[in-house]
Amino acid sequence: MRTAASPTLTVGYIHWLHDVETISLVATPAPDNGRAGSEVGIADNNTTGRFMNQTFVLAPVEVRTKDDPVAALKALAAQGVRFALTDRPAADVLKLADAGAAHGMTIFNVGAPEDSLRQQDCRSNVIHTAPSYAMLADALAQYLVWKRWNRWFLAYGEHPRDLLLAAAYRRAAKTFGARIVVERQYKGKAGSRETDSGLVDLQKQLPVFTQNAPNYDVLVAADENSVFADDLPYRTWDARPVAGSAGLMPTSWDPNSVAYGGKEMQDRFIAHAHRFMTALDMNAWVAVRMIGTAASYARTLDPDAILAYMRGPQFQLGAYRGLSLSLRDWDGQVRQAILLSNSGRSVVSMSPQPGFLHERTVLDTLGIDRPESACKMPRAARG
Amino acid sequence: MMWRRLTTGAMLAFCLAAPALANMAYVSNEKDNTVSVIDLAKMKVVRTVPTGERPRGMALSRNGRRLLVCEGDSNRIDIFDTKTWKVIGAIDTPDPEYAALRENSNNPLYVSNENNALVTVWNIDTQRMLAQLPTGVEPEGMAVSPDGQLIVNTTETTDMAQFFSYKTGKNLANVLVPPRPRWAAFTHDGKQVWISSELGGTVTIIDTKTFKVLDTIHFAVPGLRSTFLQPVGINITKDDKLAFVALGPANRVAVVSVPSHKVLSYIETDKKALRVSKYLLVGQRPWHMAFTPDGKYLLTANGLSNDVSIIRVSDQRVVDTIPVGQQPWMVLVSPH
Repeated sequence: MRTAASPTLTVGYIHWLHDVETISLVATPAPDNGRAGSEVGIADNNTTGRFMNQTFVLAPVEVRTKDDPVAALKALAAQGVRFALTDRPAADVLKLADAGAAHGMTIFNVGAPEDSLRQQDCRSNVIHTAPSYAMLADALAQYLVWKRWNRWFLAYGEHPRDLLLAAAYRRAAKTFGARIVVERQYKGKAGSRETDSGLVDLQKQLPVFTQNAPNYDVLVAADENSVFADDLPYRTWDARPVAGSAGLMPTSWDPNSVAYGGKEMQDRFIAHAHRFMTALDMNAWVAVRMIGTAASYARTLDPDAILAYMRGPQFQLGAYRGLSLSLRDWDGQVRQAILLSNSGRSVVSMSPQPGFLHERTVLDTLGIDRPESACKMPRAARG
Repeated sequence: MMWRRLTTGAMLAFCLAAPALANMAYVSNEKDNTVSVIDLAKMKVVRTVPTGERPRGMALSRNGRRLLVCEGDSNRIDIFDTKTWKVIGAIDTPDPEYAALRENSNNPLYVSNENNALVTVWNIDTQRMLAQLPTGVEPEGMAVSPDGQLIVNTTETTDMAQFFSYKTGKNLANVLVPPRPRWAAFTHDGKQVWISSELGGTVTIIDTKTFKVLDTIHFAVPGLRSTFLQPVGINITKDDKLAFVALGPANRVAVVSVPSHKVLSYIETDKKALRVSKYLLVGQRPWHMAFTPDGKYLLTANGLSNDVSIIRVSDQRVVDTIPVGQQPWMVLVSPH
């Protein structure tokens, strides 16, 4: 059992405090989005730690959009923190990685899905628990192909991240044999919610945006900033399902997921945070539990030994998605199954889909595989 | 001719299959909140008993007169009279997943309270709590040694087999095992405990005196990815010769030699039973199992195909498949 003198490991979290406006009011993130997941992870680590004489402490630093995240990182480094989570955007993840390298810090990217962070901009001291755009797009593509909904209408927005996500869908279509029969960019502005105008405008505008399309099976939307995708279902010119950023959504977690022991995770999270668990909460929980699980099996709180175990072949983490999670040694991405959520109301399926095979693990049918990887990391850091 | 052939075939199959037992089997159906009662003489469900929400673990009192059903989402264990099927008592306890009694004894009852990282200890006659034992995250599997002195619990998210003393409740040892340990079974001589790791894909054998890991069993089936070989239930024959390990999504039960720890064979639970089943897809995702008291048959609860497979131990064949409720989790067989 834990004693007062139990060795302690502090895990930092550079947490982005910012307002997000979403079309769906219920999808508005809570201020502790992500952080609450790491808190439950710390509690789980300590429940285990009391039998291992290991104590884990979370050091969250709230950083607003205008604040410099590197200053937060330096403050953590000054306390001797070697592991830090962050949900800051991709550019900041890179800054934190490079600043952290000087202090021997490993950054857990729990929020940014940009493939560039796993490819040309990969860093040996970054571990991505957030699934990449490629993984999310592949997970959806496998299901659509399994359904034989092979003809896609690709709709994407104007934001730079919409273009990256659209590129991931193009790649996924090619990989799994689907065909994008039409692409359109949505150029409407993210306006205020329909509080005064009613729904009249949308009901007129979105059919026009989607009319005169060649015959397609499903509309795949790439809309990272909630500008238009959630307005699409039931408003397309043709009667077609919507997937991607609305409708059938690929995600690392859904608050309705109860299979594979997930009910216990949901119960534990709700008891702690008094709200439902989001994908960002799950990504943060995974990061903290990776640290705790590696510390438990390696029987030490030494950060280097923990990292070595985490990067080793025997590392596995149960995360309520059937197959255990592990670390890809070529780009620092955590391999994981991806849920397909019905707009956050129910879980429709989980990818990889049956029949998609891989020589190593079926989880590597999602995302950038070793032979395609553009990541060049120093050999030593790859474990 | 066709008729004759069918009749002979059916009769032959029936003779091969019918275990002709007087026992009842009880199956907890996690999704539709019922327990199916199977009459093993008739090989069919004769009663469906409504329970609280999400019935999973079950325990039978020594004489088989009381069935305890863990109803996780109702935060309760109901105690049923197995003659009248009336609820004759209840234990209020948060998220009970599984409960185990001492062998040949009614008390105490050890309960895995999955959400609370606790094992609670109860007197089932008074329905009073006797003790609380802190565990790791998500306690699940539970077993009491044949002499009643040693308690073992598996913690799914802490990845440990945790040992406690019956007398003092003291935590004696915590043994790390591969990820997501689901189940624990003592050998009948009490010298070893076998722990299944669902995600690790292994069975760890632990010495009950030294708490040292004696061996780790791995499974391999040609043509099946190792990630789908997910061991859950373990049942060991009374003579400590064979262990049967249910492999969940692999739709198989592994037969392991207890003395040598070698995997001898794999029984395909989704193979067509000798007695023709009404279901085409049967025997999917076996998790928990039970022997008939004579040791001749092994029943598996198949969570994805909503049925129970009856395996004949002598030739390791599936002789019958019985449809039950939705998502059957556990199966027990009455002693008489």
